[in-house]
Amino acid sequence: MLKNRIIPCLDVKNGRVVKGINFVDLKDAGDPVEQAKIYSDGGADEICFLDITASNENRDIIFDVVEKTSKKCFVPLTVGGGIRSVEDISKLLNCGADKVSINTAAVENSKVVIDSSKKFGSQCIVVAIDAKKNGDKWEVFTHGGRNNSGIDALEYARQMEVNGAGELLITSMDRDGTQVGYDIDLMSKISSKVNIPVIASGGVGNLDHLVDGIQLGKASAVLAASIFHYGKYSVKEAKEYLDSKGIPVRI
Amino acid sequence: MNVTIVDYNSGNISSVINSFKEVAKHKVNIEVTSDLNKIKASDKVVLPGQGSFKSCVDALNKINGLSDTLNEFVITNKKPLLGICVGLQMFADIGYEETETKGLGWIPGKVSKIDNQKGKYKLPHIGWNQINIIKDSKIFKNIENKSHMYFVHSYEFIPEDKNVIAATANYSSNIVCSVEKENIFGTQFHPEKSDKLGLKILENYIKI
Repeated sequence: MLKNRIIPCLDVKNGRVVKGINFVDLKDAGDPVEQAKIYSDGGADEICFLDITASNENRDIIFDVVEKTSKKCFVPLTVGGGIRSVEDISKLLNCGADKVSINTAAVENSKVVIDSSKKFGSQCIVVAIDAKKNGDKWEVFTHGGRNNSGIDALEYARQMEVNGAGELLITSMDRDGTQVGYDIDLMSKISSKVNIPVIASGGVGNLDHLVDGIQLGKASAVLAASIFHYGKYSVKEAKEYLDSKGIPVRI
Repeated sequence: MNVTIVDYNSGNISSVINSFKEVAKHKVNIEVTSDLNKIKASDKVVLPGQGSFKSCVDALNKINGLSDTLNEFVITNKKPLLGICVGLQMFADIGYEETETKGLGWIPGKVSKIDNQKGKYKLPHIGWNQINIIKDSKIFKNIENKSHMYFVHSYEFIPEDKNVIAATANYSSNIVCSVEKENIFGTQFHPEKSDKLGLKILENYIKI
C-alpha cells in the first residue's frame, strides 16, 4: 500500500538554513547538509529545500548545497526557489536534486513546465502554487507571495497537470506561518480537481493538522517547516501519531 | 571489479551515481560512461532510465552500437545487468508511453499505463510503497518482505512469463516492481532513493 509522505522543508538563504532545527548537539545549526541528513536519518520521506536567496551573485551557492546533500541523503530531494528556466532545472538535477519545484516561472511562462517535463520527465517537475482566498475562490500569487496574478488557483492547478507537472505543492498564503492548520477547503478542492498527487503546505502548528491535511484535505503528502525545526516534534513522532490515527506511513 | 552505469542521456542519473559510489566505497570501481569498450570490459552494468519509455529508447538508440553492445553483454555473455525504473521497463518487447515503441526485448512482455480506476488512484504512483517479495532474488538478500521502497512512475511492466517476477507492489493492482531472469535484474522502484534498504539492494547487486 502506498504511504502518505511527510516532507520537512528547509529555507536556505545564501547557502545557510534560515529557520532550522535547534538542537544543541548540532555542529553547525546553519548547515543545510547536516540538517537534511538529520531529517533523512529520522525517517523523512523526502527533503525539500526552498532557496530564498535574494541577491543574484549568491544564486549559485544552492548548487553546491544540493551537490553535497545528495551525496549524504538517499531519499528524494526537491529544490525550489528562483527557478526561471529549463537550464536552471537541468543544473539542479545535475547537482543531484531529484525534483524541482517551480513557482513564478510556471505562471509567467507555461513553456517552462511543458518543456522541462518533456525533457526530464514529469516525475521531477513539481509545480508550487501559492494561493490566497478572495471571496469564494483562490488566486495564484507569484514572487514569493508579493504579486497577485489574478489567476484562479483551481483552474491553474488543472492546467499545470495538463502541462506536465508530476505533483502540485499547494501553499495557502492565508495560513502560512499562522500555525492554525492547512486550508483544508483549498487542499481538498484542488486534490479532487486533479489526478496527480497534491502536497499540502502552509499553516501546520501541530500533528493533528498533518492528519487533517491527509484525511480531510486528501493530500498525498504533507509538508511542514517550523514544527520540525524548533524541535517541537520529530519526524518520527509525527509518523507515529499519523499511524495511530490509521494513516498509512512508512515507519 | 568494474560496475558501469550507462550514461545515455536518459535524464537525471546523479542520484544513481551517488548511491553506487556510497555503497561501492573504494573496493569497486564505478564508471559512468557510454563508451562501448568500457561497457564491454566491465563486470556489471547498471541501466538507469527516467522520463518516458520512448525518450529512453530513443536516447539509447542515438548512441551508435549501444543497444548491440548491451545485447551482447546481457544475452551472449550473460553478464549481470540491473535496470532501474524505465531501465527495467525497456527489458520489454514493447512500450505504449507516448507512442508504441520497441524495447530491448530481453524479457517478453509489454509496458502499459497503470489502470487508475477512473481517477481513484493518482498517477504518477509517487512515494513509498511496500514490496511483496515473491521470489528469492539475489538482490533481495537480507531485505525483509514488505520493506518500503520509493516509487515514481505511471507505467508498469507486464511480463508474459510470471516466473520472472521477483516482487510486486500494490497500487490499483499488483504492479510488477522487480524482475529477475538469469543474469537480468530490474527494479521499478528507485533503490538509489530508498534510504538504507535501497542502498542494501545496490550493495547486494554489487556482490552478486
